[in-house]
Amino acid sequence: MAMVPTPARSGEAAARAARVRRNWLLATPALALLLLAASGPLLVVFVYSVLAPAEYSGVVWKLSGEGWFKVVFHRDIFDETIGLADAHLTIFWRSASISLLTTAIALFLGFPTAYFIATRPPRQRTLWLFLVTIPFWTNLLIRTFAIMEVVRNQGILNSWLMAAGLIDEPIQILYTDTAVLIGMVYVYLPLMVLPLYAAMERLDFRLVEAAYDLYASRWRVLTRVIVPLVKPGIVAGSILVFIPSLGAYVTPRVLGGGKNMMISNLIELQFGEGRNWPLGAALSMTLLAFVMLALLFYVRNMSRIERRG
Amino acid sequence: MADVAPPLRTTGRRFSVRRVPGFAAIAAVSFALLYAPIVTLVAYSFNAGDSIALWEGFSLRWFAAAWGNEMVQEATVRSLVVAACASALATAVATMAALGTTRTAPFPGALAIYALINQPLMVPEIVTAVALLIVFAMIKIATGYSGLGFLIVAHAGFCVPFAYLPIRARLEGMDLSYEIAAADLYATPWQTFRRITLPLMSPGIVAGSMLAFVISLDDVVITEFVKSAGQDTLPTYMLGQLRRAVTPEVNAISTALLAVTVLLLSAFFVLNRQRR
Repeated sequence: MAMVPTPARSGEAAARAARVRRNWLLATPALALLLLAASGPLLVVFVYSVLAPAEYSGVVWKLSGEGWFKVVFHRDIFDETIGLADAHLTIFWRSASISLLTTAIALFLGFPTAYFIATRPPRQRTLWLFLVTIPFWTNLLIRTFAIMEVVRNQGILNSWLMAAGLIDEPIQILYTDTAVLIGMVYVYLPLMVLPLYAAMERLDFRLVEAAYDLYASRWRVLTRVIVPLVKPGIVAGSILVFIPSLGAYVTPRVLGGGKNMMISNLIELQFGEGRNWPLGAALSMTLLAFVMLALLFYVRNMSRIERRG
Repeated sequence: MADVAPPLRTTGRRFSVRRVPGFAAIAAVSFALLYAPIVTLVAYSFNAGDSIALWEGFSLRWFAAAWGNEMVQEATVRSLVVAACASALATAVATMAALGTTRTAPFPGALAIYALINQPLMVPEIVTAVALLIVFAMIKIATGYSGLGFLIVAHAGFCVPFAYLPIRARLEGMDLSYEIAAADLYATPWQTFRRITLPLMSPGIVAGSMLAFVISLDDVVITEFVKSAGQDTLPTYMLGQLRRAVTPEVNAISTALLAVTVLLLSAFFVLNRQRR
C-alpha cells in the first residue's frame, strides 16, 4: 500500500526541503571559491602525481607511477639498479625529528608559561596573554628574520657567549639544523601556550589543594593531578605546533640556507630546478598524508578523553 | 610517647597550592625568547650605520630609505589591495555560509560543507601553494590574463575559515528572541535580516574580516608561488631581500609592519573589552 502523505506532513517535508535548499544556496559562493582556490587544485595535484614528467617542466598526459616511486626509491641512471632515495629519506627524517623536537621544546617552555599566566590574578592575565598574542600575530617572515639576526655570527647570541667567555670565536649556528630548530620553537611557541592556557584557566585548584592535603609531593601533584587535568590542552598544543612544523617552508628556507631542507623545500625544488612535477606532486600528497595522520591521532585522542569524561 | 603529627609545611616562602617551583623562571625564559629577537630587530631599524650587527648611533635614515624605495612602495600598495579585496570577498562568502550552516537542524551535506570550509586550515600551505601554481598556470595560459585577480582569489580562499569561524561563533551565541519578535510584528524575512540579524552579527563580521585581512597581509608561501613576475607583495619582497646582503632597511619595513600589527591588535582587544 502506498503511503499517501497527509497535507500537514507534506507541508512539513516541503518546508524542510526548502530550508535545506536555502542552506546550500547560502553556502554555494563559499564552496565555489574554495573549489577554485583549495579543493579543486588539490585534486589536480593528486592527478599530476600519477602522470609522467615532461622534459622541462609540467607533465605528459600519460599514466605513470614514477612520481610516487621516486618518493622513496632511486633508480641509477646507468645500470638501472634500484636503491633507496637517501637524499629524500634524510629530508623526511630531518623534517620529522626537527618537528618532534620543536614540539617537545615548545611543550617544555610553554607548559610552565601557560601555568604561570593562568595563576596570575584575573586582571593581569589579559595583559600576559596579550604579550603572547603579539608575536603570534606578527608576520612569520619578520619573526624568522628577527631570529636570523640573533643567531648569526655577529648576532647577539654569539656576542653574549663571547662576552661571557664561554666561547672564543663565534660558532656557526645560522644555516644549520640548530638554527632551524631555534627558529621553529620561537615561531610556534605561542601556538603551544594559547591552548594550554585555555585548558589551565579552567583548572580546579581545589583538586590540587586536596592532593596537597593528602600529602602528595609537588612532583606528584604536577604529574598525577595537573597534567591529567589539562591533557586536552597538551594534546591540542602539541598538534598545533607539530603540524605547521612538519610543513614549514619559510623558516628552514631562511635559517637553513638552502642545504638544510625540509619536505616543503624539497617539494619546491621539484617544481623549480628539479623539473619533476609528478615527483613534487607525489611528495605534496605524502606530506598531506602525514598531516592527516597527525590530525586523526588528535581526533581519536580527543574523543577518548571526552568519553572518559 | 604519642605520635606527633608531622610539622606543617613552613618553608621560607608562604606555601601556595598554585605555585610550582621553577615554572616562573621557565616562563621568564619564554617571554625573553619571544621578545628579545623582536626588540633587537626594532632597535637596529634605528641604526645609523649600514650594518644590522654594529650599532653606530640613532637615525631614521632607514625608514626614509624604505619610504623612498619605489619597490617597497609598490609592494606595500599591492599587499594592501590584495588584503582588502581578499578579506572583503572571504568575509562576504563566509557570512553567507555561516548563515546557512548555523542555527539550523542538521541537514544532508552540512558536515561536508563544514569540512570544505575548514580545508585550508588542515592542508599544509606548501601543498596549496603548488596546487595553485599548477592550476593558475593552466588558467593563465588559457586566458592570457595574469593580473592581481589570481592573488586575490588565492588569498580569499585561505582566508575563508578565518572569517567564517568568528562569524559562526557570534551567530551561535545570538539570542533568537529579537528575530522571532520581529517576525511576530509582521516584518518580512528581508527586513528582519537587514534590521535585526545583520546588526547583531556585525561584531562577528568585523572580527572575521580583520582576521582575514591580517592573515592575507602575512602570507608568504602561497603568494610566492602564485604571483606573476613583478607582483611582489611586501612579504615576498622581503624574502627576496633576505637572500642578498641585508641592510637595516628590512628592519625598518619590519618595524613599520610590526607597529601596524600591534595597533590593530590593541584596537581589537579594546573593542572586545568594551563590548563586554
